[in-house]
Amino acid sequence: MLTYATRRLILSIPTLLFISFVIFMLLQLAPGDPMAQVPLTVPPEVKQKMREALGLGEPPLVQYWKWLVQVLWLEPQVMIDWLTNDTFLFGWLPDTNLYNGELRVISWQTRSPVMDIILQRIPQTLMVVGIAYIVAILIALPIGIYSAYRQYSVFDQAGTFVTMIGFSIPPFFTGPLLIVIFSVQMGWLPSIYDTTHVVNDWESFKVQLQQMIMPVMVLALQITAQLSRYMRASMLDNLNQDYVRTARAKGLSEKIVVLVHVLRNSMIPVVTVIALGLPAIFGGAIITENVFKVNGIGQLLITALFANDLPMVMTLTFIFAVLIVLFNLIADVLYGLLDPRIRYD
Amino acid sequence: MTEPAPASPAPIEALKDDVPQAPPRSQWRDVWDQFTKHKGAMFGGGFLLFITLAVLIGPFIWTVDPQDIDIRNKDMRPIYTAIWNSDADVSWAKPLGSDQLGRDNLAQMIAGGQASMAVGWAAMILSLVIGAGIGVIAGFFKKLDGPLMRLTDLFLSLPILPLLLVAVTLFRQPLRANFGPEGGMFILIVTVIAITSWMPTARIVRGDVLAIKEREFVLAARSIGTRPGKIIRRHLLPNVLSPIMVSAALGLATAIITESSLSFLGVGFPSDFPTWGKMLADAVQRMEHFPERVMLPGIAISLTVLSVNYLGDGLRDALDPRIRGR
Repeated sequence: MLTYATRRLILSIPTLLFISFVIFMLLQLAPGDPMAQVPLTVPPEVKQKMREALGLGEPPLVQYWKWLVQVLWLEPQVMIDWLTNDTFLFGWLPDTNLYNGELRVISWQTRSPVMDIILQRIPQTLMVVGIAYIVAILIALPIGIYSAYRQYSVFDQAGTFVTMIGFSIPPFFTGPLLIVIFSVQMGWLPSIYDTTHVVNDWESFKVQLQQMIMPVMVLALQITAQLSRYMRASMLDNLNQDYVRTARAKGLSEKIVVLVHVLRNSMIPVVTVIALGLPAIFGGAIITENVFKVNGIGQLLITALFANDLPMVMTLTFIFAVLIVLFNLIADVLYGLLDPRIRYD
Repeated sequence: MTEPAPASPAPIEALKDDVPQAPPRSQWRDVWDQFTKHKGAMFGGGFLLFITLAVLIGPFIWTVDPQDIDIRNKDMRPIYTAIWNSDADVSWAKPLGSDQLGRDNLAQMIAGGQASMAVGWAAMILSLVIGAGIGVIAGFFKKLDGPLMRLTDLFLSLPILPLLLVAVTLFRQPLRANFGPEGGMFILIVTVIAITSWMPTARIVRGDVLAIKEREFVLAARSIGTRPGKIIRRHLLPNVLSPIMVSAALGLATAIITESSLSFLGVGFPSDFPTWGKMLADAVQRMEHFPERVMLPGIAISLTVLSVNYLGDGLRDALDPRIRGR
């Protein structure tokens, strides 16, 4: 298993390099100009100098190499410095000074390092999308288990219908729908997620809870639909197996048979599906964040895209790709660890 | 045994039926019978047919131009609002009301449906052709299996929605210049959706082809000198038809949702070209006063996708011989 994991990890490096290269070259075709917003009174030769200051004068391959060095070599240094100097978690370690002022990846919108902006946005995304994922898992697993146990019952039919709806209604419709009902008609919940809101007492916690309900529910509906389908199918596969009959024949109670014997085996594929979905948490939910005005990663990506901020788009897409490849690997390894019948070597 | 045995020899009687008891049934008849048993699939198929006919025939019945700006009759409410609000600004001339420029909502819904369905079908067919092609080639030719499956894995590890957005914003200008604003956008969106959604089909088809390739009838075909192209067309493709049809249904649903998402985020068709997602996005700003402008396109998208999903569910049951027997 260790050799398999190592091999996959090594193989994922060329994959990621290739993906980043393709995205970089794709972005080279972009028609936008970072100097488009600069006033017309600025003479063209000055504009040209400003472009070169942003690193645009070099051939694409050199630009790609510099970007690669900045992201893979300089940014980790900055990260380690920040971790050991300022954070609570690693602050006890001796302060490191790896980074000494080289140029980092600079956003064309704000002229500040891309990674700093991303780090500012990540908590919002994690808060909303992460909680939605947890809520979805907590709802989906019991639904899946019970509807498999009582296959073709009313509960199962209703569950199937609800999951079908979860699959079919896009978030850009459920979002506005919930806003119309709960914000406009009822006036219970705020329609906009206020990210500057600080939680310091019970009242502000309630406000935070209120503003989180709608985005979390919109996202959770989608994830629940998918997960409960998997859970149901996986439970159905296992319920007819011989070992279940044996367990019942031994006289074990139905609760133990279903919740211990069957559930543990059925969780194997479901856990990998959950792991495969995790990158989406960091990737943010572009549409839901847009509807509820959560300024998370997804919203960052789309504003960067419209503002032609290529370094930001490039870095964000690369981070998403890294996460997807990484969690694919984790899912495969988990599958092998949990299921002793699977042998990779 | 107290009763006397029956006089006629029973076992021989049982062997005598030389005429088939039931007329022979074709495979597709069985599939159809199973399909009609699935209520959701029948509803889904019926609704999809209805929507398709409505957007195709609709413009001939409701001949209002969706682009016609009638500013004096702007912001009309749908006719049914008169039931609970007698002061509402309604008119039979605009059954579903009009938008802030006075364009007729019904005509826009029909035109938007045409665009959404056209994009959905075209993207689905293109992605099926790519997916099935790559799947069959990877499954049939052993040499190409490795590279093609690595390619599939590579595509699967791309972040899809960000890349869709990037691609649409990047290639909008050149394609618009070459094919006109609507044509260019149509080509772009269809291609981009197809390129990012063929991978599941390819994987399923490859798996099935790998299994079927080892069967005796393929060996027989090969032994009488059939060329690979002919084996693929005559023997492999008909046998992988059912997974392809199921992924076609799912692909149609995904394509419609993806197109609407792109329109919703404002990177879809140009602003004067209505699609359901575009109408919904435009209406969100004013949904406090005119909730129906969000509801109508939203319900249209959701019901279409729901019916396609149910259709796919029914197709999967009908085409699976293990379920069909029951």
